Amino acid sequence: MIPVEAPVTEFTPVASAIGGALIGVAAMLLMLGDGRIAGISGILGRLLPPYQNSDTAEAGAFVVGLMAAPLVWLAVTDTPVAQTVSDHLVLMAVAGLLVGIGTTYGNGCTSGHGVCGLARLSSRSLVATLIFMGSAFLTVLVMRHGLGR
Amino acid sequence: MRLATSLIAGLIFGLGLIISGMVNPTKVQNFLDLFGSFDPSLAFVMAAAVAVTFLGYRIAFRRGRPLFADAFRLPTAKEIDRRVIIGPAIFGVGWGLSGFCPGPAITSLPLLAKGTLVFVAAMLAGMALTRLALQWAGARTALRPGAGEIQQSG
Repeated sequence: MIPVEAPVTEFTPVASAIGGALIGVAAMLLMLGDGRIAGISGILGRLLPPYQNSDTAEAGAFVVGLMAAPLVWLAVTDTPVAQTVSDHLVLMAVAGLLVGIGTTYGNGCTSGHGVCGLARLSSRSLVATLIFMGSAFLTVLVMRHGLGR
Repeated sequence: MRLATSLIAGLIFGLGLIISGMVNPTKVQNFLDLFGSFDPSLAFVMAAAVAVTFLGYRIAFRRGRPLFADAFRLPTAKEIDRRVIIGPAIFGVGWGLSGFCPGPAITSLPLLAKGTLVFVAAMLAGMALTRLALQWAGARTALRPGAGEIQQSG
């Protein structure tokens, strides 16, 4: 059975909006400077086989920037990153595989379809976003509350 | 300059994920748990991110071309096809199960939680296998040099 963990998290509208705005600034910067969509699954795909010589170094630099973020955060604020990750490793392996397959087959994830695609008013990305939100919502419903309860 | 732009954009993106709470899988799952410990914070992340990106892209596109590259490289696919329905449906199950989508998972790597390490390894394997399978299946339009990664929008 999937372990059900449902610790309450604090509602943080201001911090979440500020963080969201920063994501938007990053997306703008990447488009303005490099002419690229800030879609994480697409950027990761450029670092994976089959290689297509599609600006691998730039994709790598973006990923290094992402991974530097928690270290910069810790250095500047001296507070740990608030995070609770499931330690059910089988669950995490299955989930990771599904996220990898789904985002590659579907040409995008939360950032590429959900942020950049919606900002470009792409109907394709709107469909994708509604489907992954709905699918994730149903998954959490079943996982935490069970079917028919 | 393109490398520096990418690095800085990645850093700002990652800090946005941390400050917004998006990097916390439990918070993401609580956003998805409408009938349980619902936390609407992530609606504010999405709304702010889309709004700023919308305005930012208008500024960028008004220039006609990027500062340090020859042209904007935008997704060309418009069609609502099988891939844009099945892919996100599969992705959503993994996102709901773990609370991780690709950006927060990669950003969390240096925090070295076991669950994160396993998730990222499996995710990268899933991405590589799917890319290879698409190529083998002859879906060359999706993986052709030049056009391929443009189609891959996220």
